[in-house]
Amino acid sequence: MKIILLKTAANYLLPLLILFSIFILLRGHYEPGGGFVGGLIASIAFILHSLANGLDKTKQLLRYPPFIYIPFGLGLALLSGLTPLLIGKPFLTVLWFDDPLPVIGYVGSALFFDIGVYLVVLGVTLTILFTISESV
Amino acid sequence: MLIAILSGFLSALFLLFFGKRLKSSLSLITSLLPIGLFAYFLSFLPQIRAGNSVYYSLEWVPSLGVNLDFKLDGLSLLFSLLITGIGALVFLYSTAYMKGHMHIGKFYSYLSIFMASMLGLVLSDNVLLLFVFWELTAISSFFLIGFNNESAESRKSSLLAWAITGGGGFFLMAGFILLGGLTGTYSIQEMLTSKELLQSHELYGVLIFLIFAGAFTKSAQFPFHFWLPGAMKAPTPVSAYLHSATMVKAGIYVIARFTPVLGNHPYWNDTLMIVGGITMLYAAFHSIFRVDLKGILAYSTISALGILVFLLGMGSQEALIAASVFILVHALYKAGLFLITGIIDHETGTRDVTKLAGLRKVMLPIAIAGGLAAISSAGIPLTWGFIGKDLLYAATMSSESHMILLTSLAVITNIFLSYSGYLAGIKPFAGELPDSYKALHLPSAFMWVPPLVLGISGMLFGLLPSLLDQSLIQPILATFGEVQENVSLKIWHGFNTVLLLSSVTIVGGVLLYLYIKPSSKSLHRLSRYEAFAPQAIFNRLTHGMRNVAVGFTKFMHNGFLRAYLTKIVFFMVCLISFYLIRYVDIQFSTLRFTTISFYEGIIFIIMAVTILVIVFSASRLTAIISTSVVGYCICLFFLYYGAPDLAMTQFSIDTLTTVLFVLVLLKLPPYLKLRDKKAQMQDGLLAGAFGIMIAVIALQVLNEPTNKNISQFYSDNAYLLAKGKNVVNVILVDFRAYDTLVETTVLAIAAIGVFSMLKIKSSEIE
Repeated sequence: MKIILLKTAANYLLPLLILFSIFILLRGHYEPGGGFVGGLIASIAFILHSLANGLDKTKQLLRYPPFIYIPFGLGLALLSGLTPLLIGKPFLTVLWFDDPLPVIGYVGSALFFDIGVYLVVLGVTLTILFTISESV
Repeated sequence: MLIAILSGFLSALFLLFFGKRLKSSLSLITSLLPIGLFAYFLSFLPQIRAGNSVYYSLEWVPSLGVNLDFKLDGLSLLFSLLITGIGALVFLYSTAYMKGHMHIGKFYSYLSIFMASMLGLVLSDNVLLLFVFWELTAISSFFLIGFNNESAESRKSSLLAWAITGGGGFFLMAGFILLGGLTGTYSIQEMLTSKELLQSHELYGVLIFLIFAGAFTKSAQFPFHFWLPGAMKAPTPVSAYLHSATMVKAGIYVIARFTPVLGNHPYWNDTLMIVGGITMLYAAFHSIFRVDLKGILAYSTISALGILVFLLGMGSQEALIAASVFILVHALYKAGLFLITGIIDHETGTRDVTKLAGLRKVMLPIAIAGGLAAISSAGIPLTWGFIGKDLLYAATMSSESHMILLTSLAVITNIFLSYSGYLAGIKPFAGELPDSYKALHLPSAFMWVPPLVLGISGMLFGLLPSLLDQSLIQPILATFGEVQENVSLKIWHGFNTVLLLSSVTIVGGVLLYLYIKPSSKSLHRLSRYEAFAPQAIFNRLTHGMRNVAVGFTKFMHNGFLRAYLTKIVFFMVCLISFYLIRYVDIQFSTLRFTTISFYEGIIFIIMAVTILVIVFSASRLTAIISTSVVGYCICLFFLYYGAPDLAMTQFSIDTLTTVLFVLVLLKLPPYLKLRDKKAQMQDGLLAGAFGIMIAVIALQVLNEPTNKNISQFYSDNAYLLAKGKNVVNVILVDFRAYDTLVETTVLAIAAIGVFSMLKIKSSEIE
């Protein structure tokens, strides 16, 4: 599937879609969105790229095999859940920073949890799809 | 006491990891554990003698009534001393027997696990705790029987033993739970008070059936006895320890332990006497036809276990004393005989009794040990075995009914048993030494001292029975609830019928020994009847079960995805429609219907058209793309009804699924008519039925009042408690974050599964 139109479009769409997925991830707490959908959109971006340019190009672009994201994501989610234990709150209690950050707004540990979910979903989807498309 | 029990498990763990470094000399250190434990339990003897019992309790799972309750009384002290004492000798013996074996660390590890769990079993005061240890002994026995796991025979025997004792374990567990349910407690101590309640209860028969099923399988009673001869595939020290002296007596222990609670009921006594009686005679008769030394010992062990069950069944005070004495008698001489067999096997390389003779000339101390064990087993006066046999006859003689039958049963069994004792303990050492064995020499002292110690202690207790009668036998009797002022065991009872019977036994045994020469011919003659033996029936049963399983698997698990789907959907339709028709009052009300809007109508028409395209399409690709169109239409519905999060996710998932399908399908041939018209009709019918069912359910749900408590809580508190406005996301990352964490872990596992399955498969092809 080496179609020039698709190839060109995919190259521009990749960064846009990833930005969009991050946007979806960040706004999740207040409006529709969240880590799960964000991760799916990000993986769609990479899949699109791989369909247009071939799997090897995408792998080069990613530099590391996609399953690397899974332990990182799980670790981040777990860590965000463990942090409250340090100040004597129960596991997975959400902690909030007092002041809002520019652009993003109020940030709590739930955001890091969501980023963890995002990474896991991205890693899982890409791993499964890449493995299958390599094997068939 | 907890430490004493757990120390075995701890050392097992240690041995498993560091066992490799434990070559011969260091393995002596492991023997220090049973020796230390033996001393520890021996130190309780004065306390037990005074009629006290030691109690230890630690809360474990109080809500389930499972606590670490341990109690040391006469009965458990006897078993603890046997376990640690014979354990110590077996550990020492194994240092020489297993010398240079590759997996010696593993061997000691299993042995320690067994010792610890057996100790736990006899010391537990909580039935559930007892059951846990019971299973642990079966597990360690499984590993020890199959220790030479390169041999198919060993593996088969260990599986058989596991199947029988493990199966019995289920019954025992059910029995214990029933017992707990009826008495309202899991503590054996507290059960003692509910004897009348249990014995008059209508479930009493079921209860003792369950407990007996567990005890009989473990203690190799007829018709479950056949796993024990197979278990002799284990290394000989293991046979001596587990399958003769201790583990197989666990069933006896359970029966004895529950005698004060459940005993003295006709059902209880008659079952035990019948089963024990059949077992002791059947196995003793079988033992005289064997030529393999371990086979002889296996059958005579089964017979001895039968005697114990028989004695417990009689339940009179004499019988209980006899049982307590006989447990010790048998453990001492049988463990000794096994250890001697191990030495013979180790040195000459054969266990065939017809080939062995004259070994006394090359290994005198072992011959002495063998002789001591044999005369104790035959019950020659002045041995500990004589006292045991005397008590057995005294018990049958004082029986109120069937006195002659029971007594003659006991005498015949004992004649056979003394014959097999001679065969194992004297025959290999008597007569002329064949030339091929002239070069043999005495093995390491670690091997011949333990059987000698066992033989000498048998002699010692026989000469001085007063060493034990007050200190050990009396407290055991107290645990049965029998209180007698003074138990006194005597060497000499004067001239009476019992003495006469003893002499008949001895003479009979000697005559048998002189006139029957063991040969494999008689064994061969016996094997003609094996088709009727319980073992053959069991084998046919397992064979049949395997055939059924294979057939079932072929039908249910044939590897075609469409077949699985058909079965799952068919079953679901049947189950749910049955429920709907039988229990639900189906009614359609249009009250809560809303009018269909223009957009909904359009989406619906698109969906209907696409579905028709899918069904009748001639191209796979078209079908797949159309399926995703249906998926997108559903997303639109979600959006329309105010679930943007759901719609977004569904959109992404649908896209990815389509890509995945296309990736796979690209490699398949364009399109093939795989199924005929009839199959298509079937599929259509099933799909239609499924659709109708879902529609009925959906309409029915509308009739039910909706419970809004939960959704109300979340929407009320999402901002207050979690500072989020998107309720769905707040639920995911805050209220139910635990679920999300676990779900993401599941996702990760799925990815690992796909990755490893596909990668491993493709690398194999390369």
